[in-house]
Amino acid sequence: MARPIEIRTAPHLKRPQSVEQIMRNVVFALLPVAGFSVWQFGISALALIVTTTIVAVATERFFSQLAGRGNTLGDWSVVITGMLLALTLPPGFPLWMAAVAAFVGVALGKALFGGLGFNVMNPALVGRAFVQAAFPVAITTWTPAFAPGRFTEFIPSTLAVPFMKPESVTPWINSLNIDGFTGATPLAMQKFQQITAGTNDLLFGNVIGSTGEASAILILLGGLYLAFRRMLDWRIPVGVFAGAALVATPLWLMNGEQYPSPLFVALSGGLMLGAWFMASDMIASPVTPWGAFLYGALIGVLTVVIRLFGGLPEGVMYAILLANAASPLIASWTQPRVYGETKRQEGKA
Amino acid sequence: MNLLSLIKGHATFAHGGVHPQEHKEETAHLPIRRLPFASKLVVPLSQHKGAPAKPIVKVGEEVVRGEPIAQADGYVSVPMHAPATGRVSAIGLWPTAEGPKAPAIIIDVYDAASQQILYEEELDILHLAPDEIVRYVKEAGLVGLGGAAFPSHVKMLPPTGKSIHTLVVNGCECEPYLTCDHRVMLEHTEALLRGVRIAMRATGAHLALIGVEDNKMDAVRAIREKLKKEESIRVRAVEAKYPQGAEKMLIESLLGEQIPEGGLPVDLGVAVYNVGTLAQMGELLPRGRGLIERVVTVSGAGVERPGNYLVPIGTPVGFLLHEAGVDAGANRVILGGPMMGMTVASLDVPITKGVSGVVVSAPEESIRGDRKVFPCIKCSRCVEACPMRLNPSMMAQLAKMREYQRMESEFHLNQCFECGCCAYVCPANIPLTQYFRIAKAINRERPALAS
Repeated sequence: MARPIEIRTAPHLKRPQSVEQIMRNVVFALLPVAGFSVWQFGISALALIVTTTIVAVATERFFSQLAGRGNTLGDWSVVITGMLLALTLPPGFPLWMAAVAAFVGVALGKALFGGLGFNVMNPALVGRAFVQAAFPVAITTWTPAFAPGRFTEFIPSTLAVPFMKPESVTPWINSLNIDGFTGATPLAMQKFQQITAGTNDLLFGNVIGSTGEASAILILLGGLYLAFRRMLDWRIPVGVFAGAALVATPLWLMNGEQYPSPLFVALSGGLMLGAWFMASDMIASPVTPWGAFLYGALIGVLTVVIRLFGGLPEGVMYAILLANAASPLIASWTQPRVYGETKRQEGKA
Repeated sequence: MNLLSLIKGHATFAHGGVHPQEHKEETAHLPIRRLPFASKLVVPLSQHKGAPAKPIVKVGEEVVRGEPIAQADGYVSVPMHAPATGRVSAIGLWPTAEGPKAPAIIIDVYDAASQQILYEEELDILHLAPDEIVRYVKEAGLVGLGGAAFPSHVKMLPPTGKSIHTLVVNGCECEPYLTCDHRVMLEHTEALLRGVRIAMRATGAHLALIGVEDNKMDAVRAIREKLKKEESIRVRAVEAKYPQGAEKMLIESLLGEQIPEGGLPVDLGVAVYNVGTLAQMGELLPRGRGLIERVVTVSGAGVERPGNYLVPIGTPVGFLLHEAGVDAGANRVILGGPMMGMTVASLDVPITKGVSGVVVSAPEESIRGDRKVFPCIKCSRCVEACPMRLNPSMMAQLAKMREYQRMESEFHLNQCFECGCCAYVCPANIPLTQYFRIAKAINRERPALAS
């Protein structure tokens, strides 16, 4: 034989599916959601998504170089972080604050732990939690969807000068002359005024809220695409909705006036986006099949508890972060029973 | 049994498994062809699990095809027979597939010899006492031809206090590319059933279950046609899913039971034999012959004349590949299947009793290459693929920290039989199976630390 023969150890076959491919597909699945948000909120949303993505990518590049890991952008994971972060922020969120969120999310949420595969929590949510604490007003300032002129002019708060108090958006909203705009999300309206938004409006995104959480149907389609390509563990979203329904249903049956229906719970706020795209972050969720389900259920339960009994109208972010932290514990509790195992040995983790 | 197999109708093991491209169509339709004798045959003294055989011939001695040339050394050992008529030219070290050189008897084959087997005796094997049969099985030098190469006679006698009630016959052949068992089932059906009957009598089993993957329904039909009604031999189609042919998986598929951790099939009253082994048993024993040749699949992208060859034991891989028309571009030669087989460092390595196939440099896109290894993204594909329900993701983390003892004590490392499913599915290209192989080897070398 002409060429020297090659020594390798079994298995010699490899299924052709790689990390880049999975991550790239998550980005693809997010594109319709991002596209819809741009249509809904105009260039402000576009600027927001571009800003967080660029800052996230740059931060990853900087820290991976610093840590001697070379260029890690090829795995596409940081693009997901950047896009997801923008989709969880209010559409008129000041860009410089968004940049801070992206930097903190990637630096503290990911790079600090050692990059891809080592983060304990979802980096996008770490970034969002930081700005939620740092900029409580800006992150709860909602602007109307489908504002006229949204493709030609920015929402005034978007271009706020860094470290200065952003100007109020109220005069701008008033100038739009939108009837009945209260600046409250469906969740807040339900929580504080018991006014429930219609199911169709929630499904098709005819509501206000964070940039990317409006259209439940597009999120669902993207999530199902990933689940069918087995790039997302279906047990997690199923667990989330099961957990949410578990708490919401009895309350709603007892007092339908005060508590929302399970359908409203599932479709409103960030639960849909969180369940399909953030809770399902493989790295911060348990590897065991039952663990994945329990982890999802924990998120569902916590979300509804925070929404209905906490001080905040929305609880998805904290629910996911808490469950992320509990994930290693859940995984060790739910080790599958090994083939031929007769009883659990002592000293098991 | 899971929902999917209920719909499909064919039993399978409960958890995990993968479906690599089968690549069986290249050779499955090709009848077994006899390979000519190489001018030099190399018979390693250790082709089986257990003690190496001891040579009973001297250098320069003439040997006749079929004659014993080495005797078993102890109970877990088997004798060797001359694969061809010729002269012993050397007894010394020779390259093996495992890596290090090992002792072997080298025979220069006579060109002009008729290569008739004169060394035989007629036996009315089915009327012998079980322990007599076991003795003849050992004398025939029979080992598991599916790849494990465990001496066949050892499995026939259950330890005291245990008995064998069921014979599981493994006709799964779940490794991609390999079709030698398929051809044996089609072409040597009678010999196979004779072997089943011999093994049933020797073990005392009153039921035999032949498990065949459902991608070989022609073999299922061929065996069924030859079955006598009154016999308690059954053929069962099982789902084509790798590693269906692992004995733990096949037992679960056919009997719905799991071998207890650290145990053997005999703990369930079961003995497992490969179809190739039993076909040889049915062929050799009634004539008192020894194992001197076996069917080997030669396949893969670089092979001009792929097929199933009846190869004399000891034929150098290089000779076999030359006969099969391997072109010069082939650069990787795997003995066995691509999921569990070994690449050879030298083409002088001989075909031994446990070699079921030679797969040559399969298509680049499917063969593991020099791919970038990513950190584990906890995608849980390995957990889903592991037929033993282990947690490869977690074990790999421990392996990186060299926590080999914890892998064993907390995560059942020793239950891993290195089927390769985890590394096959890993999108991060982490060499999981390789980690576990190394961890097990290190734990074996440090038994004192294990306690």
